[in-house]
Amino acid sequence: MKFKRMWAMFTARNHEFFRDRAAFGWNFIFPFLIIVGFGLIFGSKEHNQFKIGIFPGESREMGVENTVPPAFQQGRYLQFINFPSQAEGEQKLQHHKIDLLLDSHSPAHRYWINDSSPNGYIAEQIFLASLVNNSEELAKKQIVRGVQIRYIDWLFPGILGMNMMFSALWGVGYVVVRYRKNGTLKRLKATPLTPLEYLSAQMFSRIFLIMFTIIVVWIGSNLIFHFQVHGSYGALALIFFLGGLSLCSMGLVLAARGTSEEFTSGILNFISWPMMFLSEVWFSLEGSPVWVQSIAQIFPLTHLLTGARKIMNEGATLADIQSECLILIATTLICLTIAARLFSWNK
Amino acid sequence: MKKIIEVIHLSKVFGDNKAVSDASFSVTEGICFGLVGPNGAGKSTTMEIVEDIIGASSGEILYKGQPRSGSFREEIGIQFQYTSLLNFLSVTETLSSFHKLYQQPEDLGLLIERCDLAPILKRRNDQLSGGQLQRLLLALALINRPRLVFLDEPSTGLDPQSRRNLWEIVRHIKEEGKTIIMTTHSMEEAEYLCDEVAIMDSGSIIAWDTPVRLIRTHCQGSSILLPETAFKMKLDDLPFVWKRHDKTIVLETSQVHEGLNTLLNLDIDLTELAVHSPNLEDVFLSLTGKGLRD
Repeated sequence: MKFKRMWAMFTARNHEFFRDRAAFGWNFIFPFLIIVGFGLIFGSKEHNQFKIGIFPGESREMGVENTVPPAFQQGRYLQFINFPSQAEGEQKLQHHKIDLLLDSHSPAHRYWINDSSPNGYIAEQIFLASLVNNSEELAKKQIVRGVQIRYIDWLFPGILGMNMMFSALWGVGYVVVRYRKNGTLKRLKATPLTPLEYLSAQMFSRIFLIMFTIIVVWIGSNLIFHFQVHGSYGALALIFFLGGLSLCSMGLVLAARGTSEEFTSGILNFISWPMMFLSEVWFSLEGSPVWVQSIAQIFPLTHLLTGARKIMNEGATLADIQSECLILIATTLICLTIAARLFSWNK
Repeated sequence: MKKIIEVIHLSKVFGDNKAVSDASFSVTEGICFGLVGPNGAGKSTTMEIVEDIIGASSGEILYKGQPRSGSFREEIGIQFQYTSLLNFLSVTETLSSFHKLYQQPEDLGLLIERCDLAPILKRRNDQLSGGQLQRLLLALALINRPRLVFLDEPSTGLDPQSRRNLWEIVRHIKEEGKTIIMTTHSMEEAEYLCDEVAIMDSGSIIAWDTPVRLIRTHCQGSSILLPETAFKMKLDDLPFVWKRHDKTIVLETSQVHEGLNTLLNLDIDLTELAVHSPNLEDVFLSLTGKGLRD
């Protein structure tokens, strides 16, 4: 394995990436837009989780009292939406646009829910609880101690990891297939370059670009959201680096053979979408079936995000995340070996 | 003379299609060897097997009398017929990248001068014309100072001027003592550049010799061409075997000089005279009975 040959391929790929302005720009804009978007949606202190429809809306009839319980009206995380008629409210309820519909002038507190809506069930429980007086006496409220983690702090590593996953799988896997199809790899086969040298160069080039992107996106997002990092930035950089290597090497396995961009695209989607949903990018798998959690362990992104969140939110040290690091290193070595073995330069 | 490449009973099958069938030939060091034949004859497949780009179904390839080893790629240069380079790199960066892949690369300044790349060094690969790209690809094939250079249809798609320029570069490479193996479907190119030619058709080598000997062996005589209006006598009275092509009369003769003397004695107007000497295309027609560009 010759470092000079790897370096030649590494720099060539970097030049190509930095000059492809559209792809280069998108790598920064995409994660930044998602983070800002989610920050705006979920970052506000009083994010409204449940939508309650009320009819008849503004048109109050003379002498008719508003019967919505005050405790319910003042409830947190509830957004009230007025509808002129019951029919219109029911239609929204049917399509899950609202979670619960209330007749605001009914002394009997008539309400409607969509029986297939989980949010509707919870909104119903909140509504029923608001009808009970002295509910504080039935249960004793305790507030969790310690640092409270905002949703954006929990989500941020997930967004970075997701961007890293797409960048690694598509930026390596898809690109290598394209090179094979247009004959670039065939030209390289005519040189002394070995598959391991070429694939390593591709992997390190992509990880360099990913880390560069992460740093820029992090700094930009941090100016707005002031993320909390309770562990060390060094450990965080390491787990992202190892995660990136692992994801890139996975991309190389997918690109080891084949010349069909369409087929590769399908395979990449087949891998990336389950990985995105099962690796806790958007939501926790806590409480989900054991087999789902077991499948999630297959994906490098799961271990990357577990490690990153432990560092950011729990102040974990390198010793605390050594199992995640070892899994990511092992995945990288296994995938890179398989990719180099299976790799074909030409069609 | 030492053989640099020996191809022994080479065959290649793609599914039901036998692309190369029991091909055998050898290439002497220092010559330009041409694999010629029509499109689909199996030239490029044979070439890629010899280059070790694709594997053979059966047969053996020897390089300097031995099976090809790890150093083979350090000692050969290849210009493919269809290839692509990284789009966003300039010519300089492309040369520099390939330069780093070899242990004993050529001096880049020399290479740039030889392949006339100086005016386009800053241009991006995807902004090059056909001729410029071919010159760059040729430079990449020479970047490791190869002993053996493979050129697969090097002048395909080039205008006449670019083609001539490329031929001159190839002649200079040959003068440096490098061995060249090239494929072409242009008989003119083969005759101009090649010392030895193997003619391929339907995956088989059907003839292999120097161009002169191939022509001498497979085509007798030359043709004298005159317009029909040049003859003031009955054509059947001519002491030649003749045939008509549109309004041109083609006279077959084994000796052009004697044939012309006969025509002068018959007081034939030779103002629009043309003489056609047989070439490799005629050899191919003679061997296969069909045109090269069918």
